[in-house]
Formats: sequence, C-alpha cells, structure tokens
Amino acid sequence: MKDLVFDSVVIGGGAAGMAAALELDRAGFSCAIVEREEALGGILTQCIHNGFGLIEFNEELSGPEFAERIEERLAGTRITSFTGATVMELDASGDIKTLYCYTGAHGVMRLSARAVVLAMGCRERNRGNIRIPGDRPAGVYTAGLAQRLVNIEGFVPGKDVVIIGSGDIGLIMARRMSWIGCKVHAVVEILPYPSGLTRNIVQCLHDFGIPLYLSHLTTNIVGRERVEGVEITPIENGATRFDKAFTIPCDTVLLSVGLVPENELSKMAGVELNPMTNGPVADSMLMTSVPGVFACGNVLHVHDLVDYVVEEARRAGAHAARWLKGERPKAEARVKAGPNVRYCAPSRVDLHAANKLYMRTLIVKNDATLEVKVNNRVVKSVKKNHIQPSEMIAVELGPKDLEFAVGAPDPVVELSIS
Amino acid sequence: MKTGSNRYDVCVIGAGVCGANIARRLSAYELDVALVDKEADVSFGTSKANSGIVHGGFHHNKKYLKARLELQGMMMFDRLQQELDFPFKRCGIVVAALHEDEMRAIEQLYMQGVDNGVIGIEMCSRERILELEPKLNPDTLGGLWVPGGGIVEPYRFVFALVESARKNGVEIMTGFKVEHAARAGDEWTVRAADGRVVKARYVVNAAGLYADEVSRAFGAEEFEIKPRKGEYYLLDRLTKAKPERVIFPVPTSVSKGMLVIPTVEGTVLIGPTAEAVDDKADLATTREQLEKILSSARAMVPSVSEYDVITSFAGLRPTLEEDFYIEPSAKAPALIQVAGIQSPGLTASPAIGEYVKDLLKKEGLRLSEKPDYDPFVGKRPHVKDLTPFEVDKLAQADPAYANMICRCEKVSEAEIVQAIRAGHTTLDGIKYFTRAQMGRCQGGFCTYKIIKVIMRETGLSWDEITKNGDGSRILKDAL
Repeated sequence: MKDLVFDSVVIGGGAAGMAAALELDRAGFSCAIVEREEALGGILTQCIHNGFGLIEFNEELSGPEFAERIEERLAGTRITSFTGATVMELDASGDIKTLYCYTGAHGVMRLSARAVVLAMGCRERNRGNIRIPGDRPAGVYTAGLAQRLVNIEGFVPGKDVVIIGSGDIGLIMARRMSWIGCKVHAVVEILPYPSGLTRNIVQCLHDFGIPLYLSHLTTNIVGRERVEGVEITPIENGATRFDKAFTIPCDTVLLSVGLVPENELSKMAGVELNPMTNGPVADSMLMTSVPGVFACGNVLHVHDLVDYVVEEARRAGAHAARWLKGERPKAEARVKAGPNVRYCAPSRVDLHAANKLYMRTLIVKNDATLEVKVNNRVVKSVKKNHIQPSEMIAVELGPKDLEFAVGAPDPVVELSIS
Repeated sequence: MKTGSNRYDVCVIGAGVCGANIARRLSAYELDVALVDKEADVSFGTSKANSGIVHGGFHHNKKYLKARLELQGMMMFDRLQQELDFPFKRCGIVVAALHEDEMRAIEQLYMQGVDNGVIGIEMCSRERILELEPKLNPDTLGGLWVPGGGIVEPYRFVFALVESARKNGVEIMTGFKVEHAARAGDEWTVRAADGRVVKARYVVNAAGLYADEVSRAFGAEEFEIKPRKGEYYLLDRLTKAKPERVIFPVPTSVSKGMLVIPTVEGTVLIGPTAEAVDDKADLATTREQLEKILSSARAMVPSVSEYDVITSFAGLRPTLEEDFYIEPSAKAPALIQVAGIQSPGLTASPAIGEYVKDLLKKEGLRLSEKPDYDPFVGKRPHVKDLTPFEVDKLAQADPAYANMICRCEKVSEAEIVQAIRAGHTTLDGIKYFTRAQMGRCQGGFCTYKIIKVIMRETGLSWDEITKNGDGSRILKDAL
C-alpha cells in the first residue's frame, strides 16, 4: 500500500477543494487534493452554461471555464492532485489524520496529514426523499444526472420532459433540454415561489415559454416500463385539492428538489452536524468540532453561486494554514439564527478579526432589513431591496461590530430579517 | 451443459425463488433441465420485492402444507448460505404487543410455535422484549421472541441459486414468455411468445403471479391468481431507527402486518401493506398506503422518520387460497403445479425444491445422482466488507477492485463487471446483484458510470440499455 504524508489533505477537487488547497500551498504547507472523478472541477465540468465568475473573475464564464481558471492556478504550486481516488476511510480522531483512498490507478493509498479540509460538495435529493408515489418506470432522473448524460456523455435521456422542483439545476436543464430539441412541458414547484435564482426563471423558463406551476404537488408518476405522465395537484390555501389534479403526458421526469451536503465522510470524521444545513457546525476558522478538520463549500452549506464557494474555501484554506501554525481565535461569539433566518454559517465569529457569514432567509420580501444583534444590542442594520430563500445573504462583521461581546460570558450574535 | 438440442427432461417455468430452488435441486441429478422466465432477468417478479424474511415457523398451523414447508425450509438456510454465499443472517424475530388484548394473541402464537416445534421460542415480558430490542416503543407490553428467524436478500438468494444451477448444467432462458404448450407422446412442446421452443418430458409451473395463465396454456386446472400488493419504504442505513431484530406486530387474520426490518445489508425496510389489486403489473405506490406504513412502523419503533426514506416500492403476492398449491396436475400429465406461493414462500422455497423433486420422482422421473455435482459457487469479494489492506491486495491483481463506482453502497467496478458477466445486463439486474444504485443517492451519481461499463463489457449500444427489459430504455437519443 502506498503511504504518503502531507501537511494537509483536501477531500474533493471541485471549486472549493482547489481554492482551499491553493491557500494552504501559498502558506507553505504541503497539500494533496483527493478527487473521486477522473478530472478536477467537480460539478462545474458539466455546467456548460454561463453565469459563473461574475464576482471571482469579473466576467461571465461557463462552468468548465471557471473550473479551468481555478485549476490553472494549481500549476506551479506543490499541490499533489489524485483523481479517480475515493476516500473510503477517514480517521480524524488523533493529531495525525489518516485517509484510505481507493484508486483505479494506484490501488489503495494511505494519506496522513495534520489538517483535513472537507470539500466534498453536495448531492441531489431524489424521488424517495420527497416520497412521490406511483409506478417505478425508467425515465425518472435527477436533473444533475440528466445534465451529466447530456453535456458530458452525449446522451438524451428523454424527449418529453416534466421537471419537478424549480431548483437551479432543474431550470438550467429546462433550457438545455429545449435547446437539444426536447419539449419541456412544465416545471412543477410545491412552494408558492420558485426555488431557483430569479435570473434562471427568466432566462430558462420565460424565454422558452415553459410553464411554471407554483403551489403544485406531484402526486403520481405513471408508466409501467417508461414514464408516461406525471399527475400534479394544486395546493390552495394550504389544502391539497385532489379534485383538481391533472396529468401531464411525458416520457421523462427530472427532479430538482434540493441539494444536501455529502456528509458521509463528515460523519465518519465524527464532526457535529447542523440539522438546519445538514453540514458540519463550523467555528470562526471554519473548523468543525473535530480539531484539525475544516469544511467549506457545499459540504458546509449549499451555496447559490460558485463564486461564494471559492471565497469561503479560500478562507477555510487560509484558516487551516493558520491553525497549522498554531494560531487560534482569542475569543469567539456564538452565532444564532434569529427571526426569519434559516441558518447562518459558520456558527461562530472571531471577536478580534474580520468575519464573513453567509445566511439564508425563510421568507420572500421586498425592502427587508437585516439586523445584527450582539448580546441583544443592535450593532448593525442593513437594507435589502429583495430577499428570498434561494439567494444567500452575506454579512461582514468586524471587531468594531463585535466589541460589545468582548469579555461577556457566552456572547451571542443574532442575525434576523424583518 | 447441453448444446444444440432443445429437448429437456424438465422445464421449470418461472425463475423466482421457487423455480430457482427447484431447478438447482434437480441439477444434482443426471437430468437436462431448462429454467425459463418471461422477464429480462431472473428474480424480477415477486422474488425481488418482498420483506426478505426467513420466518420463524409460528405464524401458521402445521396442518397446512405451507407451515410444514416453512418449518423445513427455515432450517435449510445455513447450509445454503455456506454453499451459495448470499446475504443471510439469523437476527431473530420479535413480535411486539402494544395492548393487553394483543398479549393474548401472543400467547396463541407461542402455543402454535411450541406445537410446531420451533426452537428457542419464548414469551417475553416488557423488560425482556425491550432488552432484546431496545428500539421498540417503551410502551410495548411484552411479546414473542423467536431466535431462529432471520433476514435474507431475496434477489441475491435467487441469483446465487441460479448461478449454482447453471454451473451444474441447467440452461437459463430469460425473455421466454410461455404462450402455448402441447403434448405429443411423452413430451411437452412449450412455445414462447418470441417463437423459441423448449421440449420437455416434465414441466414445473412455478410462474408466480402468472401461474394461472401458464396452467391454462397447458390445458390444466383453471384457477385465478389474485395479486395482493405490499408497499414498502426503505430507510437510509444511517437512520436512528435501525433495530437489531425483525419486528412484527401482532398479526391479523389477513396478513402478518407491517414490519420493521433491519436488512442484511444495513438499511431498514418498513412495510408491507396488504391490498388486493386487479392488475398483475401494478407496482405503483400510493400516498395513502405509504402514510399507513409510517404510522404503523412508528407505533412499534418511534424513531422511524420520513426524513430517512430513500425510496419506496411495491411487490405483489400471488395469492390463490389459504394454503400453497403444490401438486401434480390432475388434468395435464407430467405437470407439477407450484402456485399460490405467498408468504412464507421465500422461507419455504428450499423445502419446496425438495418437495417438488420428490413429486417428480413419484410421477416417474428417474433421479440418479450426478457424480460431479458441485453445490458451491465461488465466493466473491465485496469491497464493502473488506479492509483497505484487503482491497489493496485484490487491486494488485485486478485494479478495478479499487475503482469505486457506487460510493453510497461501496461497490467497485470489479463487482459491476462480475454482475454483467453473470448475465445481469440491465440497470436493475446490476442493482440487485451488486447494490449499486440502491443507496442514498439512488443512482444519481453512479448510473452514467454503470451505463458505460455495460456498454464496454457487452457491446450493447446506448439504445439497448434498459432499466429492466424491453420498454424500459434509459436513453432516448444520442447527440
């Protein structure tokens, strides 16, 4: 068995993993990236549409271009990348973490490192998770699988498509399937508002005349061998109106019903998870409850834009490097999700440093106010033109904002939306 | 293995758990045996979607053939597992009583079990049953404990039986839908819908849900198999609701009730419902029934959560009458009827193999033992069960062992290739053989990889890749 020792190992070679590794390398620490697919880039490699990079590169790029730009930065560094390598065992209990990676090319490799960065991304929820009853024919795929089949493998999974859920991948696939000559008959969303970004509703549905059924529950999938139709039922004033159910004929159902952090390895590492994000609880250094194990990107919480993933991952990598040098936060405050806030990540802030938090709201609102309270005292209030659950909100908190918390026992920072 | 000729001593119709056991049992003798099935792969009927329980022998009075075969069959699994290497575990069965009047029913079951000779059966106090199964509702009043009951992966059991049968000379034909049968001299000519013909001196009708139609094709007894649907939920292996034992409620007159089952492979199955349906292809799940399952399962194991659900599915029990119908046909010569094999059919199936072999002998089939009969199939390594060191060693000889295809269920490329080489070339066949696509992502990450391996190994083109046979094509076009 190959036995390799690094200062740090990053699990996952997508945008997050590469960005974190670059910071570790910049700080002078040896670093290995372990990626289970054959190439680096993660899910970006199949996202051939544009809209990436407006923040990170100040220009609009496709997913593969974005990944390539980040990957180019790896050239000339000492970072070792293992692709086609799946981490199957992770022991993070001691000072030296051990990872067993299964690879088609080198058999099993054992990697040891003092710091591990979790950057495995997320996975799509599927039919079982949302418990759609009905037949179990061929033709039911997650939107991401369909995207992979079309954009990388060159196969068309179906011709007449209904998309369940209005998540971004589903919206992007509505447009993509239309472009390759398929008919997208509907996008069906259980909530009264779309789950995806507004720009995707406009560019992927409106521009193609694809109907969006809001407040509609998918109540049946019909078809013995291959999908023949989808039954959807309106929800009116909270009641499912089974009397108004109707069936849309189609041969394919694509599911875009949410993403969940890939937390199997997080669980194996023994880190505490946040039930609201399904990702690890992280402190102000983006370190999990297990010392030396950091997390960033969609494995920490599901992001809306890859630009924010990279920004967060860069901080995680830099924090991991500082941690390896022995730096620790002097004093932290607990971050609490207040009224109308679903979650904030990370779960702690450093009272003596600049902090960046990402949060998601539970409500759709115009002219909203974001309020930051430190130990029940309002220290910051920010106007927001429009907020919705599908878009992340960033908050920056510096030592000045947090000075009330210094010296207080168990200080709390509460973020709320009104 | 015979070549060229289409003449056999015995043709077994239906490659579910009964047909597979019968064919494998017959393969120990100097006989030419054909095992035919209408589906694209074996075990694609009732045998693929059921509770996977090796029952404890206490649910039925021994006046019934099914009870006697259950008692005999349940004892045969240990040896079969040694020979065939399929997932099986005697984890024991508890029956939980939640009300005082259910305790009386428990006592009845206990007496019946003792009368049937069930080993180790005991009545349990609340304390005893909660000690045996701590996941049970703390309000459980008491119950029954049957240590000999267990769990099995039913499709893997069938696959292993079929592999063993094939190894010992049985010819397997899939996609063979029996349409017509005629007898000339001492031989049946059995014709499939696609025109293929099998000639056999004896025929066993083990066609499950379709045993009535097969019987009709032979001009034998008229009866009607009524499908009774059972719906299930499968829970993630990380669920907090994973019991150590199979948990039964107190049975009703129609069914053994909805169970909480720790599967051999580590997930949790809850169900089944029991609902008469008209259509033998109706495997749809319904919102109402699925709600029932959750509430029933929660009554016994309160930690069952809908958030742990990774999939739902339904199976159909082929019901006929109270008891199994396993007899030589009184109307058609040299035809053995094996019909109405509902629960405890899986448990009884090895004994059904013996029983049908004996019936054939009585009907005049000469049985002489084959000197080179080999009951063992080679053990196949599963990466999921191995240490990194063991995987590394395997990968030295075959690097595909360390190339992971399905990360949820830890299945390597080598295992996918083995499934394909064992004849399982549909996505479902590969799923049942390897567990790839069966975990929490339900194929979201691995489906495209499996499609590529199938194409590479079989030479099938993209439009020949199916979920479970013709009509269930996965891809509609190529760019």
